[in-house]
Amino acid sequence: MSAQAVEATTTEVVDLGVTPLRELNQRLHDLATAPGPRRWRVLNPNGVHALACGLDVEVEVDVDGHVGYYCAGMNKRATVRVHGNAGTGVAENMMSGRVVVDGNASQSAAATAHGGLLVVHGDAAARCGISMKGVDIVVRGSVGHLSAFMAQTGCLVVCGDAGDALGDSIYEARIYVAGEVAGLGADCVEKELRDDHVAHVRRLLSEAGIDDVDPARFRRFGSARTLYNFHVDHAAAY
Amino acid sequence: MCGIVGLFAKSTDVEEQLGEHLGAMLVQLGDRGPDSAGVAVYRDPAPPGATKLVLFSADPREHWEALVDELARVFGDAGELFVRASHAVVTLDAEAGEIEAWLARVRPDVCVMSAGRVIEIYKETGRPEQFAARFELGDIRGTHALGHTRMATESRVTTDGSHPFAAGLDLCLVHNGSLSNHNRLRQALRREGMAFRTENDTEVAAAYLAWRLREGASLRAALEGCLDDLDGFYTFLVGTADGFAVLRDPIACKPAVLAETDDWVAMASEWRAIAVLPGAADARAWEPQPGVVYSWESAKV
Repeated sequence: MSAQAVEATTTEVVDLGVTPLRELNQRLHDLATAPGPRRWRVLNPNGVHALACGLDVEVEVDVDGHVGYYCAGMNKRATVRVHGNAGTGVAENMMSGRVVVDGNASQSAAATAHGGLLVVHGDAAARCGISMKGVDIVVRGSVGHLSAFMAQTGCLVVCGDAGDALGDSIYEARIYVAGEVAGLGADCVEKELRDDHVAHVRRLLSEAGIDDVDPARFRRFGSARTLYNFHVDHAAAY
Repeated sequence: MCGIVGLFAKSTDVEEQLGEHLGAMLVQLGDRGPDSAGVAVYRDPAPPGATKLVLFSADPREHWEALVDELARVFGDAGELFVRASHAVVTLDAEAGEIEAWLARVRPDVCVMSAGRVIEIYKETGRPEQFAARFELGDIRGTHALGHTRMATESRVTTDGSHPFAAGLDLCLVHNGSLSNHNRLRQALRREGMAFRTENDTEVAAAYLAWRLREGASLRAALEGCLDDLDGFYTFLVGTADGFAVLRDPIACKPAVLAETDDWVAMASEWRAIAVLPGAADARAWEPQPGVVYSWESAKV
C-alpha cells in the first residue's frame, strides 16, 4: 500500500482490523483544525457503519472493501471512494465534496443531500436520492423503486433503468434516465430533452468519469407542478 | 430491527465449520437484536421413516433421559439422545404428528421446537454471543443453517417468541420486520386448524406458509402468496430440508444482502455479518429485489 505515496503527500494507511473506527473518524475530523495527511487509505472496513462521516476538509479517503450504513454521511469538501459496495444511506445529507462507490449502493443513497456529487458505478437500490436537496447523483447502473421521492432540487442521472414510482411527489429536481422506467410516481412526468439538458447530462457524466454513455440517449423527467401541496408561486423557493 | 443470517455450504470445508461460521455471523448482528437468538441447522438425517425432534423444557433440571426412555418405549427409539443446553434432540421411529400429539397430552410443558428428518432448531432469550457459547454452535456441522437475533416489537421476549419458527416438517422461518394484520390472519388460520403458542406475528407467517403448503402449494407459491396476504414489513428467510429461500416485502423496508462464492451462499441483514466468512472479500454480493423469491437448493434432491 505504501506504493500509493507517489505524490508529495504521503498516504496514511489505516487498517480497521487493528484501529477502532472511532479513532479513524476522530483523526479525519481533526484535519479540519490541524494539519495532517491529505490522502488516506482504509483497509478491512468489513461493513462497519458510519465510516468517514462528518468530514469537513479537502481530503481524499479510499476505502478498500464494503462499507455499512451511512458511509460519508454529512460529507463536506472531502472525496471518499468506496472500492466495494455501500450499505444504506451512503452520502446521506452530503453538503459538498464527492463520494464514489465502485460497486452497488443499498437503499437511500444520498438521501436529503444538499450538494456535492455521488457516483455509483454499480446499481443503487430503492429510494436513491430520496428528498434530495441539491446533490447531483450519477448512477452507472440502475436505481430501485421510489428513487427521487420528494426530490427538491439537484439532479439524478441514471444510465440504466429506474424502478417503480420514480420521482413520486417531486419538487424541482431533475431526473435523467437512459434505460427503461418501470413507472412514474405521483406528479412526475416526462419532459422534453433540449440541448441545454443534453449539455447538463454530458457535464455530469464527465464529472463522474463516465465517457461511454451518449448523453443524447437520456429521457428527462420532472415535476408536473400539479400536486395539491405544490403552489407554482413558490417555485423560486426551491 | 432484528438481524437475519443464512449460510448454505457448497463445500465440505464449510459443512464441517457450519456452526462456527453461523455463530460468528450471528454475533455481528447482536446490535440489531440483543433480546434473543436462535438457529435452525440442517444436519444428520434421521433414518428413513423416523423423525428427529428438538424439544425444549423451561425446567433447567429436566430429566431428559426419563422422558426419552418413555418416548422410546411408546414409539421405538431410532437414535441417541443429545442434550444441548435447554434443548434435547430425540430421534424416534414414528411420524412427527403421533409424537407431538403424545407430548401434548402427556408432557404439555415440553415444547417441540422442530420436527422432521434433518432440521434442528435451537433458540433462547439473551444476546447472540451468550447463545453461541451456551449452545456450543462451534461444534455443529451441517449442510445449511439460518439464524436470527431478535429485537422484540410485536410480542414478549420469551423462548417461544424467539426465532426461527417451525412452519412444518423440516421447514422454518426467520423474520426481520413486523406484520400489521397478524391478529386477523391468526383467527383465519385457527379456523383452518392451525395451532398457535404465542401472540407473535412471525408465528402467524410461519403458520400461513405451513397452511399453504398443507393445501398443496409449492414453497415458491406459498411465499408469493405472502405478497398478497401479509400486510407489513418483512424480510423472510425460509429454511427447507434442501436449502433456503429469501423474500422481501414489495416496499423493501428491511435490509438484505446476498453473497456467493464457490464454497457458500450467504444471506444477512448487513454485510458485516457476511464479512466474517472465508473469502468474503472476493464474493459476488448483491441486494435482493423487493417482492422476488430467491432460493437455493442442494443438487442432491
